[in-house]
Amino acid sequence: MSVWSAMGRLGRKLGVLRRREQFGGELDEEMRFHQEQMARELEEQGMSREDAQYAAQRQFGNATRMRERSHEVMGFQWESVAQDVRFALRQMGRGPGFAVTAVLMLALGMGASTAIFGFVDAALIQPLPYAQPNRLVAVDESETAFPRSNLSRYDYDDWKRMNHSLASLDVYNGTGYLLRMGPVAEPVPAARVSAGFFHTLGVQPILGRDFRPGEDAPGQPKIVMLPYGTWKTRFGGRRDVIGQQVSLSGDEYTIVGVLPRSFAFAPRANAQFWVPMLDRRAGCEDRRSCHDLDGVARLKDGVTEQAALADLKNVAARLAKEYPENIGQGASVEPLTELIVGQVRPILLTLLAGAGLLLLIACVNVASLLLVRAEKRRREIAVRGALGATPARLVRQFVTEGLLLAVAGCGGGLLVAGGLMTLLTRIVPKSMAEGMPFIDIVGLNGHTILFAAGVAVLAALLLAAIPALRMQLSDLHEGLNEGARGTAGRLWRRLGANLVVVELAVAVVLLAGAGLLGKSLYRLLHVDLGFDATHLATDYVMAPGPAYAKPEQDMALYREIQRRVGALPGVTGVGITSDMPIQCDCDTDWIRVPGRPYHGEHNETLERDVSPEYFGVLRAKLLEGRMFTDEDDAQHPYVVILNETMAKRDFPGEDPVGKQIADLGLTPKSVRTVVGVVADIREGALDDPPWPAEYLPIYHAPDTNFSVVARTRGSAAALLPEMVKTMQGITPNPGVYGEVTMEEQASASPTAMMHRFSTWLVGGFAAMALLLCLVGLYGVVAYSVSQRTREIGVRMALGAERSAVQGMILREAGRLAAVGIVLGLFGAVAAAALMRSLLFGVAAWDVPTLAAVTAVLGVSALVASFLPARRAARVNPVEALRSE
Amino acid sequence: MAGKSELLPGTLDLLVLQTLKRAPLHGYGIAQSIKRVSDDVLTVEEGSLYPALQRLLLQGWVKAEWKMTDTNRRARFYTLTAAGRKQLGLEISKFEQMMAAIGRVLADAEEA
Repeated sequence: MSVWSAMGRLGRKLGVLRRREQFGGELDEEMRFHQEQMARELEEQGMSREDAQYAAQRQFGNATRMRERSHEVMGFQWESVAQDVRFALRQMGRGPGFAVTAVLMLALGMGASTAIFGFVDAALIQPLPYAQPNRLVAVDESETAFPRSNLSRYDYDDWKRMNHSLASLDVYNGTGYLLRMGPVAEPVPAARVSAGFFHTLGVQPILGRDFRPGEDAPGQPKIVMLPYGTWKTRFGGRRDVIGQQVSLSGDEYTIVGVLPRSFAFAPRANAQFWVPMLDRRAGCEDRRSCHDLDGVARLKDGVTEQAALADLKNVAARLAKEYPENIGQGASVEPLTELIVGQVRPILLTLLAGAGLLLLIACVNVASLLLVRAEKRRREIAVRGALGATPARLVRQFVTEGLLLAVAGCGGGLLVAGGLMTLLTRIVPKSMAEGMPFIDIVGLNGHTILFAAGVAVLAALLLAAIPALRMQLSDLHEGLNEGARGTAGRLWRRLGANLVVVELAVAVVLLAGAGLLGKSLYRLLHVDLGFDATHLATDYVMAPGPAYAKPEQDMALYREIQRRVGALPGVTGVGITSDMPIQCDCDTDWIRVPGRPYHGEHNETLERDVSPEYFGVLRAKLLEGRMFTDEDDAQHPYVVILNETMAKRDFPGEDPVGKQIADLGLTPKSVRTVVGVVADIREGALDDPPWPAEYLPIYHAPDTNFSVVARTRGSAAALLPEMVKTMQGITPNPGVYGEVTMEEQASASPTAMMHRFSTWLVGGFAAMALLLCLVGLYGVVAYSVSQRTREIGVRMALGAERSAVQGMILREAGRLAAVGIVLGLFGAVAAAALMRSLLFGVAAWDVPTLAAVTAVLGVSALVASFLPARRAARVNPVEALRSE
Repeated sequence: MAGKSELLPGTLDLLVLQTLKRAPLHGYGIAQSIKRVSDDVLTVEEGSLYPALQRLLLQGWVKAEWKMTDTNRRARFYTLTAAGRKQLGLEISKFEQMMAAIGRVLADAEEA
């Protein structure tokens, strides 16, 4: 078949299409002529005129059918499709309740799954906004306590020089500056990076230039790169900002470039300024043992992640031989994507699965509604069949109806999805959204619409297949036969009942999932914090360097803040700490116990510098020894308080009070005496097990960055603005930011938010699933009752009690519910095992949750089937028998 | 009515093309011709001729024009095209192959 003949065929078809009326007319004339000729010939052979005409018609065959077939040959199927569509619309118009219910259910299911897919797509499918993002890896050190731990500045320099697998390796870390653009200095988060950072990511500034190699060396001019947001909001998006100066913590930085709008770097998402790391941060980057950087690298062509990891492990091992402080430091290489979306992946996939299950229930429900309708239309179908409609044509009618529903549902679903995506992206708090740069690209786009279309096709197939399948199962002609109802009813009961079992099982899975997530959230929010989080107001302070350079000045600032905030009405105590609780298991120290055999282990320990009042303000529990006092300053012997976990780790079975700890080199001034032990205060995420922690008096080493915690008798939220204003009133004024109550801190921590998010969403899905499957169960039982009216009438006429009839119907429903629930329980345990990483303090087979789900579903199922059962019991046997 | 038999599936096109090879004919003429030439053995459900004719038209194997019959009535006459002639050759050889194959099978059955 050449292209030409195909074209010719198409051309002829189009020619006929244009003259469709004429085509029909000519065909009719032609066939009429044929029949007349036949009749005339028969008449000539001696038949009567009428007989001849009749014989001619018989011999010719079904003219209407021939005409239809000719039309089909010419490609006029779409005409009959249009008929089907018109007919389907008429059908739906006659029972709008059915159509509206079906479309609503489909829209809900499709909308929910498309919206969740929008997030999955943005986070997991769309590539990161960097050049060849799949070649980018997060490079870090690793050790026993931290599989991924920061790089030290020295190790970074050596790794960069010694590796053979990376095209480039760069580092970043967070920092903060006091930005002075107006009268008040404002603390702003920022990031320090090595000069090649943006080059490694493959990001080009849209204005100005990138940092040049070597611009991160000490003594180079101070320069800064603006992210798009900062440029727009703080510099009005002016193109002449390049070359201008900006004052950060008292130093003038020259703006050299502006980053594109699409640029986002989740690990440092809140950074408002990006500067090359010129200095070696005093007290840390001048030591090999202080780890404060994270690495990002581009793999050389052809080098796999595993090869790079092996290479870097080798480098780390060589360094460990050379430097004792590197003993035990390995390497970690993982895709950059993993670092950014690794945490949300299980949640998103769980939500997608939940939405998918909801969609399944919705489809099954609509399909069973269609089945019921197909039952009611048996007569119509049979009549159409008898009048010459081919089975294929009849099936097509159902397919058309299914498609129409799916298309309408898909349209509605897109609306629901759009709304839901906007709603969900708005619900996510800003602090969390910053860590999820993909949230900006969630929305209706090519991918989501394609997904919705795919879902619609699948739904249409399901909706079309079920009634079509049913058509195949039952003989068309049965419909004309009055007595045939019994068989059809049986068929329906088998198929419809199975569908309801599927629905119930899926609902159990969703309900159990929601229950387990809810219980996890509850456990998480009620985890023992080790202190009383109520009535606590907190904020952060960044003191301007020049005015607070000396330790005495910092000490004076602490005391002034405590005096002024302590004087506010209702405030009962004010504490100062280097790190607020419920933040992260970070800022660690390496310690050892003097006089014990030592083999180079790090004994990773959280280090917190706190003021004497801190534990009292938190209401932490002192287990042994004493709290800090004002005496514990640089002029007095160095002391330390341990948390319980650390006491157990380093002094198992001993009384730690009076014992000593020191740094790994046993430097004389690092040796501290333990004066007390406090119950574990939760420093890290709510779902992390407590870490060993040491608390040092903040007066030993005051710093310009710290946090303030104030306890009040009244509302902590009400205290916050007053507290900030009071602190800003101190001269020279410190930068004050991040004010939040401790309870908010806990309940809005990323872990809690993630759990809350998934709990509410899965809970919502489960509630909808419950509703839909009860509607489904009610429909099935009610239909079954209506089909069996005659049987029920017979039973009653033979003496069956009404209660027995009711019991029979309820038993039938109960059996369906029981099978569905039991299947669902198995599914629920399996599903919970899959989402284990999202569960906290709950087992996948948590018996109370599963029991509650069983009870809820069992009772609801009973209620849903009670109404139709009661109706069955009220059947009047005389009427029932007469009506049939 | 003896000797009447259903057409083998797919042979209707072949018969129509072969019939039109001799002269242009209208639908009724084609049906009559097939019946006559086959000594009334091959009868078609005559209406089914029309979908087949539309198919052939669409393929470009025949073309149609309205003319007057001997009895002075308007009728559509079908003529074989060059492409149709080629197709006829193809269909005939296909048919002969099939007949030969069937013959071999029958002969084999007789020997057994």
